[in-house]
Amino acid sequence: MSEILVKQRDIVIPGQALAKGMDCLPGENTYRDSETIYAGVLGLASISGRVIKLTPLSGPYIPRVGDKIIGRIKDIAMSGWRIQTNTAYNAMLNVKDATNRFIKRDEDLSQILGIGEYAIVQITKVTSQKLIDLTMKEHGLRKIHGGRIVEINSHKVPRVIGKKASMISLIREHTGCDITVGQNGLIWIKGTSEGELLAHEAIKLIEKKSHQEGLTDKIQTFLESKSGKKTQKVNVVSAPVKTSAPVEKKAPETQVSNESTPKEGGKQ
Amino acid sequence: MNKQTVLDLAAQGKRIDNRAFDEYRSPINIQTDISWTAEGSVRVQIGETVVMAGVKLSLEKPYNDTPNEGGMMVNVELTPLSSSRYESGPPSIKAIEMARVIDRGIREAGAIDVKKLCVKPGEKAWFVIVDVVTINDAGNMFDSIGLAVLAALKDARFPEVDEETGSVNYKKKTDVSLPILREPISITVYKVNGQLLVDPIVEEEDVYEARLTVATDKDGVVSAMQKGGNGPLTLEEIEKMVSIALEKAKMLREKLD
Amino acid sequence: MTYEKRLDGRKFDELRPMEAKVGVIPNAKGSASFKSGKTWAIAAVYGPKEVFPRFLSNPKRGLLRCHYTMMPFSGSGERIRPGNSRRSQEIAMVMTKALEPVIDLSEFPNSVVDIYIELPQTDAGTRCAAICAASMALAHAGIPMKDMVCAVGVGKADDKVLLDLTYKEEQISQFNEASKGQPATDIPVAMIHNTKEVTLLQLDGEISKEDVMKSLELAKKGVDEIYKVQKQALLDFYQGGNQNE
Repeated sequence: MSEILVKQRDIVIPGQALAKGMDCLPGENTYRDSETIYAGVLGLASISGRVIKLTPLSGPYIPRVGDKIIGRIKDIAMSGWRIQTNTAYNAMLNVKDATNRFIKRDEDLSQILGIGEYAIVQITKVTSQKLIDLTMKEHGLRKIHGGRIVEINSHKVPRVIGKKASMISLIREHTGCDITVGQNGLIWIKGTSEGELLAHEAIKLIEKKSHQEGLTDKIQTFLESKSGKKTQKVNVVSAPVKTSAPVEKKAPETQVSNESTPKEGGKQ
Repeated sequence: MNKQTVLDLAAQGKRIDNRAFDEYRSPINIQTDISWTAEGSVRVQIGETVVMAGVKLSLEKPYNDTPNEGGMMVNVELTPLSSSRYESGPPSIKAIEMARVIDRGIREAGAIDVKKLCVKPGEKAWFVIVDVVTINDAGNMFDSIGLAVLAALKDARFPEVDEETGSVNYKKKTDVSLPILREPISITVYKVNGQLLVDPIVEEEDVYEARLTVATDKDGVVSAMQKGGNGPLTLEEIEKMVSIALEKAKMLREKLD
Repeated sequence: MTYEKRLDGRKFDELRPMEAKVGVIPNAKGSASFKSGKTWAIAAVYGPKEVFPRFLSNPKRGLLRCHYTMMPFSGSGERIRPGNSRRSQEIAMVMTKALEPVIDLSEFPNSVVDIYIELPQTDAGTRCAAICAASMALAHAGIPMKDMVCAVGVGKADDKVLLDLTYKEEQISQFNEASKGQPATDIPVAMIHNTKEVTLLQLDGEISKEDVMKSLELAKKGVDEIYKVQKQALLDFYQGGNQNE
């Protein structure tokens, strides 16, 4: 008979026994050794029927095709720009993928994107050796300036966005900032200096408490106490998600438009 | 990005973490006697910046030109443990500069009475080495290191010396402190986009034009100064910076005692 | 006359008191502090990042690279000159081998995970404390790993097989006349917690095969207790005091 040894949302450490018996199935970040399923990372347990999986509490960002990320221009080559993506890997943005307008042969590329500048880009390809190709041509992708960049662990990104973008909307409302969340954990905040600092603090708080329940309420309380503003109680309607761990890799819309009431129809 | 923001905010009289220009981060913690193997040791924390320092004493033959004196030296290890910006290997010029600036502030100030370190003229004297190891570099290493060196020296006690063999018994400490005459505290004031500030975080250290490290003791005597950075300083700015340093040294001194 | 009572009063199969804490270095991806008696190791994990020098790069998986440094004031006698000694290089190498078997860096080809260890004070068992700290730091960094690695020094002082020897016990022949000048045997061991497979094993001294096997059995007990401490430290980081605001 099978026996599940942990509860939903328990924090487990590598090598910890999660379940005994052949009826249970090892999901992501777990493995089976004879009859027992063990944890393969430091994470939150998530039990769905007979599948036990773990959501890592931290860990390196793993680049995936389609991810919108924030990168920093590291270097300028003949064919484009080399961009730092918060991975160990080389990411190239080719001249032809940077903009729709025609770029002349001898045009100074640093005028378009200079070293040290940041841009919102999208991953179009990841080779087996993890070389990354980027584009800046799609809607919402561009160079950014002003404001500040906050870095969090990429695994916490879904929590910063929240179910149906509830968390990120909450922060935007209280701080009045434009916020763009990159899947690689880099977040761009732009607003007043007080607003930016408050958003920074809220995001860091989310990162620290990401494994806790009732996080949206906690953050709402924090923001209200700091900004003195009271907002509508955020009603998070539980969408019929497959798992209860907030870990969808294809997270809801990470883009923010430049309007002040960001109502993006993000995918869920 | 953040670099430009730091500069823009400075022009508006603000800092990226909302502190005042003359405000240090908190907490400021000083914990002594953290290493049982050192003759004196300390852990200093300013905000998220943490360093550890330890004092080692040894009995050596004095230098030929100073037969009646012992000696002192400060060494700084900017460890890759404390930041992704540092690499293993021989000390970088940054580490060397820091060590020498702090060293100057203490040694050349006559903070330690090196004559009292002499045991037998021409033959034996105590040599003091303070090693500072960075644990987490979140900015303002200069002040953290300066404070750590002073605190470690104050915490140090001579080890016992075997009367007959003359060798040092490191396993037994006496309760005799080092002969400390003065207690200089180093404060480094940074100029960022024309504004003068203290206790910079890393983003602020990345964009400063100039800095001035000033070591002062409790009577307000200046014992060492060092200017760093690519930009120049006016006399007016220097005067302001020394005043700021005096004020902040007082604050740190209170934390030390 | 035999070694009846341990110098610090412990039982023969008793570990020194341990103190472990995770997240001590905010700049690092993962970090931990591990104290066993008077031996204290601090570990920081950085990476995965690009490998330098390039020729070390492995296209199939990421590399693990340990760096071991005793702080200049951490030795029980004179100051230790900073810089890489042969001893610290060897320890770094065996530490890496002790941790590699549990780590899975297949998702990170051509990269390196660097682990830096610094010791503020020592009293034997340094490479073991370093491995215990490194294990926690790797877990904290979210590196995929199938289990924790726990390490402890076992051995023989005089005629007794012991768990977790101190420096004094390693030097026992100088302290206990009855030991007749026979040197103690020091055996640092690292084991994967669940399977108790050995990933680090070194020995020096004079000891029979039976006593070697006895010592290793004793190590298993030590490993289980160390694992509990590591687990608590990792849980405390997420559930403990620093969460209350």
